[in-house]
Amino acid sequence: MSFSTMLSTMAVGMLRTCAIFFLTLLGSLPLGLGIMLLRRSGNRFVSRLTQVFIAIIRGTPLMLQLLVWYFGPYYLFGVNIKGWRFPAILVAFIVNYAAYFAEIYRGGVESISIGQYEAAQVLGYSRSQTFMKIILPQVVKRILPSITNEFITLVKDTSMAFTLAYQEIFSLAKQISASQTSFMPFVIAGVFYFIANYAVAYAMEGCEKALSYYN
Amino acid sequence: MILEMNNIRKSFDSLEVLKDISLSVDSGEVVSIIGPSGSGKSTLLRCATLLEQVDGGEIRYLGRAACTEENGAPRYASPSELKELRRAFGLVFQSFNLFPHYSVLKNVMEAPMLVQKRNKEEVRATAMGLLEKMGLESKCDAYPCQLSGGQQQRVAIARALCLKPEILFFDEPTSALDPELTGEVLKVIKQLAEENMTMVIVTHEMPFARAVSDRVIFMDGGVIVEQGEPEEVFGNPRQERTKQFLRNYEP
Ligand SMILES: Nc1ncnc2c1ncn2[C@@H]1O[C@H](COP(=O)(O)OP(=O)(O)OP(=O)(O)O)[C@@H](O)[C@H]1O
Ligand SMILES: [Mg+2]
Repeated sequence: MSFSTMLSTMAVGMLRTCAIFFLTLLGSLPLGLGIMLLRRSGNRFVSRLTQVFIAIIRGTPLMLQLLVWYFGPYYLFGVNIKGWRFPAILVAFIVNYAAYFAEIYRGGVESISIGQYEAAQVLGYSRSQTFMKIILPQVVKRILPSITNEFITLVKDTSMAFTLAYQEIFSLAKQISASQTSFMPFVIAGVFYFIANYAVAYAMEGCEKALSYYN
Repeated sequence: MILEMNNIRKSFDSLEVLKDISLSVDSGEVVSIIGPSGSGKSTLLRCATLLEQVDGGEIRYLGRAACTEENGAPRYASPSELKELRRAFGLVFQSFNLFPHYSVLKNVMEAPMLVQKRNKEEVRATAMGLLEKMGLESKCDAYPCQLSGGQQQRVAIARALCLKPEILFFDEPTSALDPELTGEVLKVIKQLAEENMTMVIVTHEMPFARAVSDRVIFMDGGVIVEQGEPEEVFGNPRQERTKQFLRNYEP
């Protein structure tokens, strides 16, 4: 197999890895916000339950969660899981990352001084206006460095889709390396991850710069 | 009456902070509240501005009830009524509480547009007029972190005034400022007093309170110990506790 054939075969895997990355963020960033709101709910039961949920997600390996989401429907309900592979991967990643994002958001929200809420209240802002216009923009700025860390971890975590034999870049590298008895696929995969993370870090740095007009 | 507070009671757990306090403020009146730390001055303002819920008593703005008492328990008006009533008052905090991610102009303009749904051009004109009055017209594009404390507090005053409140509360507006910056803030408050803005000012600046107020209230231990015209309270206090307190401020 020539280098260029290898590269074009692996390009499909790169696209799949990118798909997992972007779809996970698309789902988990907003879902994390919802989980954070439940976690901070005035209802003690809701907030406790959310806390337990977050603890379970953060306290078990993502690899195990992938297996549970994929095989769970079959073992628990006898459902036919054909065609469920990619959705299961996304669900596992989204739920897992949403739990981490929720805790990051919560830390950010709780670091905003009570005076900001009180000023908004006296000025007549509604609760949702206060959150969307006053609190959230300040939270985004504060949590951006932690979010960047999660993004970078996610780029590498996508390789765990390998557990469900999904042919993203990591699975393909391993497979092609074995069939061609070549080291090259690993090099290609490594370079891909590195460049992807470099791009993520670069983009996030741009975001931080854009928000550095105040402190 | 702009503001009427009758028999206000407020405790934090077992600590009784306000013990049956009544306070009425007439249109155009400037009332200063003085008193030792922990006497309940901030709590009184926070109850008046609905940041804190009372345990009993009545609060009315322009005769409309924000809170009434029924069978010894407070009963607050409906959320929509409270929203209306909030238009009657503004509050200037000790720590300014400007929105750091907004420019000076946006800090002042957003609430009138968002909350009162006023026309953008009108709000801009009003806001620029107020900032000019505060001596800050050149700072309208700056962010709060680029301003001195005194400038930030003047922006906060402009922000409150832009909503055209009937009454403006100040909770120690200069306590967070370096001494050389307090003057510029006191000056604008004095100017507002001359324009007959109705104000209630909690302050430790005794000469200022004496000069600017129509009435001075001395609070201690959750009650109003003494009140009257500034010359009476400062010049010839009747209560022993007032005399004792004012002695600490003698030059
Ligand atoms: N949220 C709260 N929870 C518990 N106790 C409180 C709370 N707010 C105020 N207190 C207590 O109530 C009392 C009155 O406080 P308040 O802030 O009204 O005093 P103050 O007259 O404004 O004092 P200062 O001049 O120091 O600002 C104090 O003993 C204070 O510790
Ligand atoms: Mg106080």
